[in-house]
Amino acid sequence: MSMACRAEPSRSTGSTTAQRGAAPANGDVALPPDDGQWTRPAKDYASTRFSALNEITTANVASLHPVATFSTGVLRGHEAAPIVVGSTMYVITPFPNIVYALDLTKPGFPVKWSFNPKPELASQGVACCDVVNRGLVYDAGKLFFNTLDDHTIALDAASGKPVWNTKVGDINLGETMTMAPLVVKGKVLVGDSGGEMGIRGWLKALDESSGNVVWTAYHTGPDKDVLIGPNFKPFYAKDQGKDLGISSWPPDMWKIGGGTMWGWISYDPDLDLIFYGTANPGPWNPEVRPGDNKWTSAIFARKPETGEAVWAYQLSQHDVHDYDGINEQILVDLPIGGQTRKVLIRPERNGYIYVIDRTNGQVISAQPYGFINASTGVDLKTGALQYNPDKEPKVGSVVRDICPAAPGMKDWQPSAYSPRTGLLYIPHQNLCMDEEGISVNYIAGTPYVGMNVKIYPGPGGNRGEYEAWNPQTGKQVWAIKEDLPVWSGTVVTAGDVAFYGTMDGWFKAVDARTGKLLWQFKTGSGIIGQPITYKGPDGHQYVAVLSGVGGWSGAIVAGGLDARDSSAAGGFVNAMRDLPQKTTMGGMLYVFGL
Amino acid sequence: MTDVSRVPDRTREIALWQEIVLLLVPLAVFMIGVNDGPAASLLATPTGRPLLRVCSDPNNLPFSNSAGQGFENKIAELIGHELHRTVEYTWWAQRRGFVRNTLSAGTCDIVIGTSAGMEMLATTRPYYKSTYVFVSRRDRHLGIHSFDDPRLERLEIGVQLIGDDFANTPPAHALAKRGMSRNLVGYTVYGDYRSANPPARIVDAVARGDVDIAVVWGPLAGYFARRARVPLDIVPVSPQVDLPYLPFVFDIAMGVRRGDSTFRAQLDQIITRRRPSIDSLLDAYGVPRVDAPRTLATDR
Repeated sequence: MSMACRAEPSRSTGSTTAQRGAAPANGDVALPPDDGQWTRPAKDYASTRFSALNEITTANVASLHPVATFSTGVLRGHEAAPIVVGSTMYVITPFPNIVYALDLTKPGFPVKWSFNPKPELASQGVACCDVVNRGLVYDAGKLFFNTLDDHTIALDAASGKPVWNTKVGDINLGETMTMAPLVVKGKVLVGDSGGEMGIRGWLKALDESSGNVVWTAYHTGPDKDVLIGPNFKPFYAKDQGKDLGISSWPPDMWKIGGGTMWGWISYDPDLDLIFYGTANPGPWNPEVRPGDNKWTSAIFARKPETGEAVWAYQLSQHDVHDYDGINEQILVDLPIGGQTRKVLIRPERNGYIYVIDRTNGQVISAQPYGFINASTGVDLKTGALQYNPDKEPKVGSVVRDICPAAPGMKDWQPSAYSPRTGLLYIPHQNLCMDEEGISVNYIAGTPYVGMNVKIYPGPGGNRGEYEAWNPQTGKQVWAIKEDLPVWSGTVVTAGDVAFYGTMDGWFKAVDARTGKLLWQFKTGSGIIGQPITYKGPDGHQYVAVLSGVGGWSGAIVAGGLDARDSSAAGGFVNAMRDLPQKTTMGGMLYVFGL
Repeated sequence: MTDVSRVPDRTREIALWQEIVLLLVPLAVFMIGVNDGPAASLLATPTGRPLLRVCSDPNNLPFSNSAGQGFENKIAELIGHELHRTVEYTWWAQRRGFVRNTLSAGTCDIVIGTSAGMEMLATTRPYYKSTYVFVSRRDRHLGIHSFDDPRLERLEIGVQLIGDDFANTPPAHALAKRGMSRNLVGYTVYGDYRSANPPARIVDAVARGDVDIAVVWGPLAGYFARRARVPLDIVPVSPQVDLPYLPFVFDIAMGVRRGDSTFRAQLDQIITRRRPSIDSLLDAYGVPRVDAPRTLATDR
């Protein structure tokens, strides 16, 4: 019944900026060295999105003001992070994936060069949710990025001239690419999007200098395709066994099983392991694919040179709710139970924050960070997610109040971690959904049926939340309720300021210890991009973000969808009917300084 | 059946068409100015004859292709004739985003085939009703017509699957509900767009013997069964609706933008007036129908 979902959760979010519990003591911790650059979307290999710059503080952030703006000329959803290398800022747009280099040494940051890869127009039709791009990355003199039509491209960072261009997927098969690559030990790591199209997901490593594909790890199918070998040691029995990527599916179904990889990768140089998660299984409906459907909605730890899997942990076995497991993993060393553990923190789409021992894949804790009723918890002995059978969708029957909704407690938008406060800063949704009756649809000359999905605000009525979380205690410290889903990334600094944006265009600075709003600026369009901070050529600290609404949540504006069609954008339009009154589309870079 | 020499450029061809259409649209407006017809008839050819701008898949027989060989192409010509307009196409694969990138984007004004009542567009009165059918080789003498036939559990059954997005074809739901999942063979409804008519792979699979039987949407099955290398039987599935409510029979209509109600009313009139011609076209393409046409004999 509706009470179950709409009632205030037992773990009350409290009022805006309520302080709950004490934040870890002051910031007298050894901070990582920071050269003031921002060369990859996640800032560092550990994906902390933490900057050791501290010129901008809680005391002076109120005087922040725009110092330069730049129109990207593109209207769709801007999810990317700008990056800064030396005295140049680089920006990538959504489709058609234009790259701009801006000269930070000159007033107004003029364009040094731009590059248009001219991706195939038809790729826009293949992309599921919006034609987004989550960023480009710099390494050793080159920029690397993916195009929507499945090319990975290396540009000379100084001149903007292409160095190599490798086609790694095919839109004819339903594959597109939206993720930001990560470069590790001379390998450019890239993955695909398009689980909606019945494809088989993968991660590929391309040689940094030639663009040649060095290895491909599939996420379904036989062990040899998944790059599972003798050194594969999953922690839990449920993830152990031969060829689980075949045996956990009906015959051959793994060939169209999904498990794409359109999110984030982290790297631990000491363990020499990369960590990333896979998207949800296909096809829907779940009755067609009894079994755990490995290795969808799972985390992999792999060796970057060979792709060899060292451990894997399936977060949501046999997913039925569209809970892609592609979110970020933040690598930190935490004192837990009297010893320092090397952990991976992951605020997962299914609603739990997993703290996992990254050396072996053991789940240390998995606490809800919002209201969940689709599952009852994670069994730490077996590692299994405990589903609530009453909330499993079935065609022809009505299931109401499934929380979180299909976009999850948090979608792709990455959180940040401050070693000074010891807190995780999480931008996320607060949405539930109904699945009622049958909707008839039509594709490729074929009528088919789906669930009539309606997404709406979760308990409390706010559709989004920005919260600070203590991973040691497994408790929320403070939370800011936002009317709209918080679909932007976030950054936190040694000045103890955290930045995020809202879908109606406010760019906000809050006190990292208390959540108190310190400054805000209204940008031209809704913000779903990832803010960054850097030290400019003048030695001063700046903050930059792309404004430009869109993405799955903003498709009603960026895609011009019809507010009367409640099932549009997978039911998300139902929750976002008012967005066209609150913002309009248009990509613009904003740079702020003191 | 795939012309390998030209297929790799299929999507470039689509892209090229898009560019041509994008170039033509402002040009046409510039040349003739804006007259005061309904939104759907603003544009004209250089000779002054107004356009019927059709959103269509360039690679999906029996419905449509860029050579104009599908029955939807023929119906478009018929409507163009009735409205004294020249048919012009916006080609776009009829996949997810089709309506968004064509009709809703304003590059074209009519979709010839869609499910009646689809929420994202305004649909005309239906002009045919078809059904999912069982397809099997005639030399197997299966004669299966019901999802409840116990023999199905011992057969390899081909079904078309959609993706991961809370949607699937009704036979996939119906068979899974009856506990048959390990003997299903899934064919993605999208297929590989580099090959000709990608959804037709499932009918090829029956003819080759890759699966014992398949459950396929009628128009696709009817057309390709006639062209198969071995004789195939097609049998409408029963029941027509699985309880509590899972239909296997669908009304197909034309679609226009919401708000283009004058245009839609014109189309409704044409559908009524030209129903016999439409019926004979559908017969010629082997489209199995549930409401057997009253005025014409069929060859089924």
